[in-house]
Amino acid sequence: MNRYYWILGGFAALVALLAVGLNLNPRDVPSPLVGKPAPAFTLSQLAEPEKSLSPKDMQGKVWLFNVWASWCVSCRQEHPILVEFSKKVDVPLIGLNYKEVRGDGGFDMSKMPAEEEKKLAWQRANRWLSEHGNPYKLTVMDLDGRVGIDYGVYGVPETYVIDKSGVIRMKHTGPITPEVLAKRIMPLLAELNK
Amino acid sequence: MIPELGHFALILSTLVALVLGTLPLIGAHTNRLAWVALARPAATAMALLVTFSFACLTQAFVANDFSVVYVAQHSNSLLPIQYRVAGVWGGHEGSLLLWILMLTWWAFLVAMLSRQLPEAMVARVLGTLGLVGFGFLLFILLTSNPFERLLPAAAEGRDLNPLLQDPGLVIHPPLLYMGYVGFSVAFAFAIAALLSGKLDAAWARWSRPWTMAAWIFLTLGIAMGSWWAYYELGWGGWWFWDPVENASFMPWLIGTALIHSLAVTEKRGSFKNWTVLLAIAAFSLSLLGTFLVRSGVLTSVHAFATDPRRGIFILIFLVAVIGSSLALFAARAPKVGLGGRFGLVSRESLLLTNNVLLVVACGTVLLGTLYPLLIDALGVGKISVGPPYFNAVFVPVMTPILFLMGVGPFARWKDASIPEIAKAVKWALLVGILVAVALPLLYGQWFAMTALGLLLAAWIVATAALNFIERVQHTRAGRGFLAAALSQPRTFVGMHLAHIGIAVFVVGVTMVGSYQDEKDIKLAPGQSVDVAGYHFTFNGVKAVEGPNYVAAQGEFDLAVDGKFVRKMNPEKRNYHSSAMPMTEAAIDAGFLRDVYVSLGEPIDRDKPEGEWAVRVYYKPFVDWIWGGCILMSLGGLIAMLDRRYRVRARAAAPVSAGTQQA
Repeated sequence: MNRYYWILGGFAALVALLAVGLNLNPRDVPSPLVGKPAPAFTLSQLAEPEKSLSPKDMQGKVWLFNVWASWCVSCRQEHPILVEFSKKVDVPLIGLNYKEVRGDGGFDMSKMPAEEEKKLAWQRANRWLSEHGNPYKLTVMDLDGRVGIDYGVYGVPETYVIDKSGVIRMKHTGPITPEVLAKRIMPLLAELNK
Repeated sequence: MIPELGHFALILSTLVALVLGTLPLIGAHTNRLAWVALARPAATAMALLVTFSFACLTQAFVANDFSVVYVAQHSNSLLPIQYRVAGVWGGHEGSLLLWILMLTWWAFLVAMLSRQLPEAMVARVLGTLGLVGFGFLLFILLTSNPFERLLPAAAEGRDLNPLLQDPGLVIHPPLLYMGYVGFSVAFAFAIAALLSGKLDAAWARWSRPWTMAAWIFLTLGIAMGSWWAYYELGWGGWWFWDPVENASFMPWLIGTALIHSLAVTEKRGSFKNWTVLLAIAAFSLSLLGTFLVRSGVLTSVHAFATDPRRGIFILIFLVAVIGSSLALFAARAPKVGLGGRFGLVSRESLLLTNNVLLVVACGTVLLGTLYPLLIDALGVGKISVGPPYFNAVFVPVMTPILFLMGVGPFARWKDASIPEIAKAVKWALLVGILVAVALPLLYGQWFAMTALGLLLAAWIVATAALNFIERVQHTRAGRGFLAAALSQPRTFVGMHLAHIGIAVFVVGVTMVGSYQDEKDIKLAPGQSVDVAGYHFTFNGVKAVEGPNYVAAQGEFDLAVDGKFVRKMNPEKRNYHSSAMPMTEAAIDAGFLRDVYVSLGEPIDRDKPEGEWAVRVYYKPFVDWIWGGCILMSLGGLIAMLDRRYRVRARAAAPVSAGTQQA
């Protein structure tokens, strides 16, 4: 051994740091909403547009609130996991369709009447769910993204766990992976449903 | 069909790289000449195959083949042809292929231009490059195949990110990658020298032009990126200490130290260990940069779509490449030693100090870049490290470097005397002080930091001039001054030109930092705003149509002292394929200042004919920043073309032919 081996030691420390870093998500910004009541909203449902939903309708239940859109590529990644989840677990999964038309960017919104946006959004969202399967108990439509702002949506997809008294207990940014589901969401659901 | 051919060529080149990375190295070690002789043809074959593969991907872009996932994600049939070609490196997979392409071209160039090197040395250098290439080829094949098909094919592509649809982006990545990857050659030379145990002046002389070439590309690549950020992002900034910018700046700092250290090793046989370590470090930092950019461990404006498998692969690759070379270094270094002795005050000691300071500077950047990761890893919280940290630590480290830059060329090798140097440079100091006192007053306000920046810049230019004159006087031998000046060695001329480039750069940074002015205001058509004596009148906004976007184009009249200068037309573009509007600033560039207008949002979305948010900037000397970088590169180029690399190369050729087996 000689004194030059300390360089290797330094390098090993760096590699350890990078390896730990790989398992962290820099975008996993702690949400100030965790521990706070879920912001209120009233939005039309996808399946039955004349009906609406508010978080207070979910009082007394532990539920998941998942932000998605048909234009969101990462949503396709997590979608099969959500479909599996909805078959196995009896926890209501509510979808928030976020800026279905506006978020896509392929449309010139200044030229689109509100009616047409609505029609197109419903059409696109329904088609997407019929193609990829529908894990949601129901989905509400946030056409202009206002509710998304209230919830601090940072990137689609995002998922919130909300407890019986309507308090947000956890937020996950980005697609849900099997690990996140097994290690973080399922234990939390079990605890909250106790 | 063509994408499959490209994929197939990539697989073949991986196999060739494996052959190149093993047989010639073993051959050099065991004296098997046939295996040694494999190196050149294998390097050539690797370069041809990868070039073919790259051409196939380009063809898929040009022909709008949206049955290729990567093309569908990064191109669009409306995209102009030059951006379809540049789109090849607009995303992770293609830019990785570009990186590999550059690597194989460097290897090919080494194979072609190394006739004067001992065969075993060539085999080791090319073998090392082959191993690196093998790692990257495996990476692209296993995790990031750009030729993957999309079935059924997409009807239309998603389009290239509008930010990247710019001439600057067509050339920024290739330049930068040429620099990054170019350090692989210096790295391969260092590894070859360690393997053979022959760390001598010849090794340093061979490495020097290659290292210099890589450094020139890196300098231009970074400058290009900075310039692009300045005119394209519309924020008026030129450097943001973003993790990815830092990732390119760290190899630059070490590379700068390396070219100086190589000079000492070549001329005096000193610093051998240190030079080898720098060569390893420069390339290792290029690899680390790749990891940081492509693994998603840090957030950055440059981040690619991330995939955890990629991060793990690069990390393993990092461990293999850097770990094994550092282990080799640690095992061999004690026998190599530092080399020739030198006095406490000598050109060697000054260069060593300078080198250490550059490494410290690199260390502070590394610390600042990785600190958020460290804090996150320890679970203490989430932070980001921004310009205040970097500015606070960088100025104190760079100040002595810039000061020593003026002193170094006056110091003699081996042993120098301080009084002698002081006598030679005293006038330069006087010039520096005069400039530092007077120039800020001319601009109305005297700041200590401004004065310091200008003092150092003037000091560098004045010492360079004095040193040049002194040397010309000493070597005149009866000739006229001009004739003697023109016959100075190119390394000497190049050095001073590059140093003056640094001074020009420092002037730009200092002046723009001290005296820039900006205004953010609401303007209705007909209204005007003044910034630093420049009068902007807003004439309103009209709609214009581009090939794949529609834009709101503003019109401004720029006037100085009541006299009309020109019209300026900043744009706000909406690309058909993207939700994000893009700002195209209008810049009136000048030698002593830029003035810059960018269009924000209309105050009322439904009334684009009404008021707009507008931002106007006055940026004194800002173009000196990039001008300085160009001078640095030019200096590097002149030094690289020094006659003695070729003359000695020719003289050395007959000696090295055949017998020099290590």
